[in-house]
Amino acid sequence: MHLSHQIGIWIAALLTLGIYSFLYKDNPVYKLCEHLFVGVSAGYYVVLMYFSVVKPNLLVPLFTDFRHERHFLLVIPLLLGILLFSRFFPKGDWLSRWSLALILGVYPALRITGFGQGDLVEQIHGTMLPLWVPGNLGTTIGNWLLVGGLLTTLIFFFFSKEHKGALGGAARIGVYFLMVSFGASYGYTVMARISLLIGRVMFLLHDWLGVLHL
Amino acid sequence: MSAFFANLRRLDRRWIFLTVGLLVVVPLLTGFHIAPVLPSARARGFYDAIEKVPPGSTVLLAGDYDPGTIAENYPMHLAVSRHLMRRNIKIIAVELYPGGPPLADQVLHIAGAEYKKREGYDYVNLGYKSGNEAVMSAMGSAGIPRTFPADRSGTPVGQIPVMKGIENFGQIAMIVSVSAGYPGTKEWVQQVVSRYHVPMVAGVTAVSAPEYYPYLQAGQLQGLLGGMAGAAEYEVLVKAPGLATRGMDAQSLAHIFIALMIILGNLAALPQRTPGAKK
Repeated sequence: MHLSHQIGIWIAALLTLGIYSFLYKDNPVYKLCEHLFVGVSAGYYVVLMYFSVVKPNLLVPLFTDFRHERHFLLVIPLLLGILLFSRFFPKGDWLSRWSLALILGVYPALRITGFGQGDLVEQIHGTMLPLWVPGNLGTTIGNWLLVGGLLTTLIFFFFSKEHKGALGGAARIGVYFLMVSFGASYGYTVMARISLLIGRVMFLLHDWLGVLHL
Repeated sequence: MSAFFANLRRLDRRWIFLTVGLLVVVPLLTGFHIAPVLPSARARGFYDAIEKVPPGSTVLLAGDYDPGTIAENYPMHLAVSRHLMRRNIKIIAVELYPGGPPLADQVLHIAGAEYKKREGYDYVNLGYKSGNEAVMSAMGSAGIPRTFPADRSGTPVGQIPVMKGIENFGQIAMIVSVSAGYPGTKEWVQQVVSRYHVPMVAGVTAVSAPEYYPYLQAGQLQGLLGGMAGAAEYEVLVKAPGLATRGMDAQSLAHIFIALMIILGNLAALPQRTPGAKK
């Protein structure tokens, strides 16, 4: 056993135990750790944003290299950024809507075009598979399952006609495909949560207590 | 038997927490071993894709995660940094998670020291930038140097040798995304792979992995590491067993116990679901 002599490791270890104390029951130590996390995260985020975004991308080019490469245009995002703070003043909070309008205009456009190219077109292309692959029965069965699963799942979400007869049967098969996908997602979620626990236990045993050698 | 299931229905869930905790702690302390880690086709695809990148090329390493998912993302981040440096591939690291830059610094410095690579010449960490998809889009349109004018320590990119000749994704041989969620692998595929056709591999958290299988199937990703298991498979492939490999036995034991509890829980709940049964 080789206990850590670093104050940072001790703080992190005690905070980890404080958070895990919630598993026994809700308690003031857990609440303290939770509040500390929120406060420290907010402070870290503000400092990081200033030094990694505001300073290098706005202030430095604007105030030290104003005429170079049309840097004067950065005055526009500077003003729009300042307008966001008008929300603190009830009489002038409408000014922030200009900045928000820009954000709301740009982001959906970026996401829609990204989704269209990356998901819709490419994924449809990805399902255009040969249903008979000579000499490879495994791939043939896999392709049938993929195309069949896609079609029956799409039918399940088709609500313009009552799910009866052949349509109802196909929709029911689609439900089974959906259940398999939910099961896979749940299995992965369990794995993720256990991994996080293993990570914390490794930290406590190795970095803090020094009883685990990696 | 019915008394056993009745007791199971009344079981305080804290006993389950305690058992899971012990099943994680004991294998780690004792070195209890269940089975060797066997690489999957997904992990092999990840490994093979990096093996195909010519030495001397430049790879974009996106470390989009924070300390919340260290257990899953950090081992794969470290393993891929080692693999890239072992193959003499230059690394430009970026992070779209605020908590990511110190973790990227750490893995690059560890791998850099092992393979005698110099910061600025063989690798650089350009740090964090807010804006999510807008940052990815700007890296392609406005260019990487304009989006990231300086590295994490404030050195202008014009003075960093590894950034020489790098304008946009045209000079990037591959994107390696180590991702915990949004923004991450999905956004890199949507904003960059589909537009600029840059090859990409991804190492993701287990909880988000099912979301990326369609990308793998459609060829938009060349390889995929899902969670700690994926990281362990990759560690085996690069012949550098590390944190993930060490944690797999604890993971397996906990999984067996949880699967057992799901079966027992369903059996215990069965009488309550039978039509006409007393609630």
